Amino acid sequence: MFESIGKLIEKAGWPRIIIALFLLSLFAIAPFVNISIGTSISDTIVRFAMNSVLVLSLVPMVQSGCGLNFGMQLGVIAGLIGAVTSIELGVTGFAGFLTAIGIAIPFAAILGFFYGLLLNRVKGDEMVVATYVGFSSVAFMSMMWLLLPYKSPNMIWGYGGSGLRTTISVEGYWLGVLNNFLSVRIGNFFLPTGTILFFALIALLVWSFFKTKLGTAMTAAGSNPVYAKAAGVNVDRMRILSVVISTIIAAVGILVYEQSFGFIQLYMAPLLMAFPAVAALLLGGASVSKASMGNVIIGAFLFQGILTMTPSVMNNLIKSDMSEVIRIIVSNGMIVYALTRKMKVRK
Amino acid sequence: MDEKQYLLRMENISKDFFGNQVLKDVTIRVGKGEIIGLVGENGAGKSTLMNILFGLSVIHETGGFQGRIFLEDNEVNFASPFEAIEAGIGMVHQEFILIPGFTATENILLNRESTNYNILVEVFGERLRTLDREEMHKRAVKAIEKLGVQLDPDMLVSEMPVGHRQFTEIAREMDRQSTKLLVLDEPTAVLTESEANTMLKAARKLADSGLSIIFITHRLSEVLEIADRLVVLRDGQVVRELESSKTTPREVASLMVGREIKDAISVRSNDSEESEIVLDIKDLWVDMPGEQVNGVNLQVHKGEILGIGGLAGQGKLGIANGVMGLFPAEGEVHYKGEILPLNNPVSVLSKGIAFVSEDRRGVGLLLDEPIDLNIVFTAIQIQGRFIKNFLGGLVKWRDEKEISRVAREYVDSLQIKCVSEKQEAKELSGGNQQKVCLAKAFVLEPDLLFVSEPTRGIDVGAKSVVLETLRRQNREHGTTIIMTSSELEELRSICDRIAIVNEGKIFGILPPTADPADFGLLMLGEQEEVKSGV
Amino acid sequence: MKDQSLTRAKNPLVRFAISNAVPILFIILLIFAVPLSGFSTDYLLNEIITRLGRNSFLVISLLIPVMAGMGLNFGIVLGAMAGQIGLIFMLDWGVVGIPGIVLAMLVGTPIAILLGLLAGTILNRAKGREMVTSMILGFFINGIYQFTILYGMGSVIPISSNKLLLPRGYGVRNALDLLSVRKVLDNMWSVEISGVSIPLGVFSIIAALCIFVFWFTRTKLGQDMRAVGQDMQVAATAGINVDRTRTLSIIISTVLACFGQIIFLQNIGTINTYNSHDQVGTFAIAALLIGGASVAKATIPNVFIGITLFHLTFIVAPRAGKELLGQAQIGEYFRVFVSYGIIAISLALYAWRRQVEKETERRRAKAAIKAAIEDGTGG
Repeated sequence: MFESIGKLIEKAGWPRIIIALFLLSLFAIAPFVNISIGTSISDTIVRFAMNSVLVLSLVPMVQSGCGLNFGMQLGVIAGLIGAVTSIELGVTGFAGFLTAIGIAIPFAAILGFFYGLLLNRVKGDEMVVATYVGFSSVAFMSMMWLLLPYKSPNMIWGYGGSGLRTTISVEGYWLGVLNNFLSVRIGNFFLPTGTILFFALIALLVWSFFKTKLGTAMTAAGSNPVYAKAAGVNVDRMRILSVVISTIIAAVGILVYEQSFGFIQLYMAPLLMAFPAVAALLLGGASVSKASMGNVIIGAFLFQGILTMTPSVMNNLIKSDMSEVIRIIVSNGMIVYALTRKMKVRK
Repeated sequence: MDEKQYLLRMENISKDFFGNQVLKDVTIRVGKGEIIGLVGENGAGKSTLMNILFGLSVIHETGGFQGRIFLEDNEVNFASPFEAIEAGIGMVHQEFILIPGFTATENILLNRESTNYNILVEVFGERLRTLDREEMHKRAVKAIEKLGVQLDPDMLVSEMPVGHRQFTEIAREMDRQSTKLLVLDEPTAVLTESEANTMLKAARKLADSGLSIIFITHRLSEVLEIADRLVVLRDGQVVRELESSKTTPREVASLMVGREIKDAISVRSNDSEESEIVLDIKDLWVDMPGEQVNGVNLQVHKGEILGIGGLAGQGKLGIANGVMGLFPAEGEVHYKGEILPLNNPVSVLSKGIAFVSEDRRGVGLLLDEPIDLNIVFTAIQIQGRFIKNFLGGLVKWRDEKEISRVAREYVDSLQIKCVSEKQEAKELSGGNQQKVCLAKAFVLEPDLLFVSEPTRGIDVGAKSVVLETLRRQNREHGTTIIMTSSELEELRSICDRIAIVNEGKIFGILPPTADPADFGLLMLGEQEEVKSGV
Repeated sequence: MKDQSLTRAKNPLVRFAISNAVPILFIILLIFAVPLSGFSTDYLLNEIITRLGRNSFLVISLLIPVMAGMGLNFGIVLGAMAGQIGLIFMLDWGVVGIPGIVLAMLVGTPIAILLGLLAGTILNRAKGREMVTSMILGFFINGIYQFTILYGMGSVIPISSNKLLLPRGYGVRNALDLLSVRKVLDNMWSVEISGVSIPLGVFSIIAALCIFVFWFTRTKLGQDMRAVGQDMQVAATAGINVDRTRTLSIIISTVLACFGQIIFLQNIGTINTYNSHDQVGTFAIAALLIGGASVAKATIPNVFIGITLFHLTFIVAPRAGKELLGQAQIGEYFRVFVSYGIIAISLALYAWRRQVEKETERRRAKAAIKAAIEDGTGG
């Protein structure tokens, strides 16, 4: 009995168990500090849905052996280009959302391709290089947001007349197009059915991709590149493909996020975007070299659960908002833990 | 020699690894100022013997050893190599243990630097003593002088020719005043001829000054030239001690490999000799680290089992890896009369050539994936099999049902011991992993199969299943097999012809029935001494 | 520790240009940007002197881990946080002037040692990916730091001065004034030469540190670190305790960063309790890299060249941006882009070069064997 518990703990890893228990205790305390469980769960689900695609975007790269995509900002940037361009074009509603995706994908594909080429040249150091590629691309785009000739008055600074605003509302364009699709509202409880369905669709596509010949080859390339090479797989090409796919999904992911959040955040806002997503995936039980759809769903739910529950419960408990600090500690602690776990012995 | 004069005595040493006896009652005595040559095939027990002498942790962790070791008549049993070094035994390794960005001096004195006191030592401890560069230089020069070679003490190791790196290693042992015994493990393996000569001279000089040396090498002429006595190990036993002045290469070679073959040698009609040539390798060079191939010519007949033997590090493994495109290769290879593109695994695989790698865990398996995927992966990628169409061909998924079925078939026929075909490959024993690797090759239905070290590190039972399976594949499916192995006995039990590789080239091809001594001579590079027709 | 592949070019001038490509590029950039900005030479000189005094100590703290083969230590933020904690206590206890600085250092040092020990231990578990781990570790410890300062101070950890605390009674305020120690080191021994004031006090501390680092490389421990940095396996075979040596290098780096942050903040004169340390690692590393250092090799000249070029870019970029494109904001982003970009490029080039070097090494070994064999058969 104890042995099997020990095994379970070892398999899940201490940090995940601590966090799961922490989340459980938050839910347990909630009713005593006058927080409605319904609202809490509803909030958690909404945030889960809006972040899930971003978390999902990490999976192809992990599977192909490129590690955790700390350079996710490249995909986010492509998504942002899609978002502001679709608003500039003035397309509204679901069509606007699709336009944004349609514009974002080619940008993501091109960025992802070059990003993949780079990562192939720095094998073994992908993660640290990716981080700074992500950072510098955000800074570069910050200059671009000032310079690009967008004209829509909803987006540019009121004065001066040029340069995009830091925050752009998507209200009137495609706010909640997914969230409100087939949504369910019972009292305080809100279920963003559309977003969840959209996530399910993309997850299904990714899952199905890994069942194909190409997807199988990609998994093998990540699991053991030498094996893959011996079986005639072009490992470098698999890696590039995975980076392109990851970047495209990240681009779509940020659009899903924005339609729910309500705003497009430009300039330095996407800078640290990769870390919470990475932390969520790791929290779901993924490792630096292996990730599944289950990891995405569990991880995104746990992570968003913590982020939703901590501020409300803590606020009522100690009259102070600890959520930001908790977020920093949980997400980065999770990543450090994953990085220091012994790599599988492979020679 | 009188008992008193021996510097080192290793007496009645026995050692087993989990029941597998690797040394049986081995006794070796080394006199002061004497050079002992230690020869034997790979796996004869040379390295285990040295590991015992040095007290490596691998020995202690596997239950220690039987027998006693005396150094200058004091019984010793070193807990770690550091103790052995402390007691005056120096080891010079085959691969250089040097820091490339350091000078010869810095390497010679690594972690034994001369230092000066300063006041901060009182606060932060001994490690903050400053280096005494002048003194270090003096000590390095002195150590180099003992060797009697030309070596610039201020040259960076990274800029040195290979020979000088070797001298640096030996000088490091010489700087230790206490060093009485030096173990040289294949010291000339990577040296050019002139460098090797200088090296041998240096060794002689050291011995003349009173140092004892154990010289491990596969270059027979060298060891006969330099050693006072030879100790031949075979299957973990000392088969003979020889005065090097009173023996011949042929005698040593036959002692080294000579043994009766237990299994019946596969008796074959000679028709494979006349049958068509299926694979024709011309001047093949393969850049495989540690197993360099330097211009191999080899013809393989249809339907035969060709063995490739030779000592480790001589390049026998490089041939299969080069043809399969796993390591950069140059040369000309014809398969069934067509040119086989090199450095291109896909084209080789799609022509019906399969490979079971010697590196089971590294190349052969996806350790984290289930057995069935391991078996069919190459077939999926190369032959597009095990794919099922859904939605009218729009979606092509792996056919999990068919994959499981085929995997189960192989699990049964190769007697793979597992919970189910869904078990992860890493959870299997070595022998069963090897069977998965074979299944992976068989499922491709190859015409030509390369198998490298198929029985390395697996137990006796699995060994015979593996060999039997290969023989059956050859007989029943007519698969031409090229089997590379370090175990000559195994090659002789299954192969029609055996090619011996030495220094990256084929030194000769013998029938399995040839005199064992001839195999030994070819392995040791003594081509001229071979009597049977090559 | 030579950058071998780069030093192989024949022409010494070409060789020099290639191995110093980054600083040269920045010099060219500045040749255009400085006149565009329209700043006076005096102003720029003053600024550079100030910034050299302010930042050198922090940048130098990066050198020792590079020597020990652990790459660029993004974890110096840990030291910076330790320094800030020291300063907070100094303010609380009301010690002013030089004694205050010394007190802050004394309080910060044990914290820095502990954090360094933690970082070293963790990095030993993440060999081969020290940089990304040290970076994330910095973020993680930042969380712990904020937790401690925001919730622990004034509640669990006694803080007597209400001026330091948030109105709610616990947690330290966002910005703290360092009036009591402002520029005490800078003014300790300051000389003015034709309108440019030179803080000789700070400079002599920095000079002492440079001598220390130089001396350190000649100690047994320094030699061990170089050995570990080049080949852990060989060092271990020679009996050097690899993990301990690596941990020591991180501890030294963290303690130096702690002092560095105190020197930095006494010059600035205020602490942003929750942000001052954020960019310490990024900026110090960017400066070092712009000075021509790489992940595997960094020297004292790299430090000073780097700070000069990096901060000159920092000062002139916004003005140059405004002149050129009419928007100062562009310059702001440009300098952030430069910091991150230079790190990205340096890291990528380093990793790339390592791959290429492995390849050339192999090819050379093969050619040598081939030649030897052909010699053998020919003769």
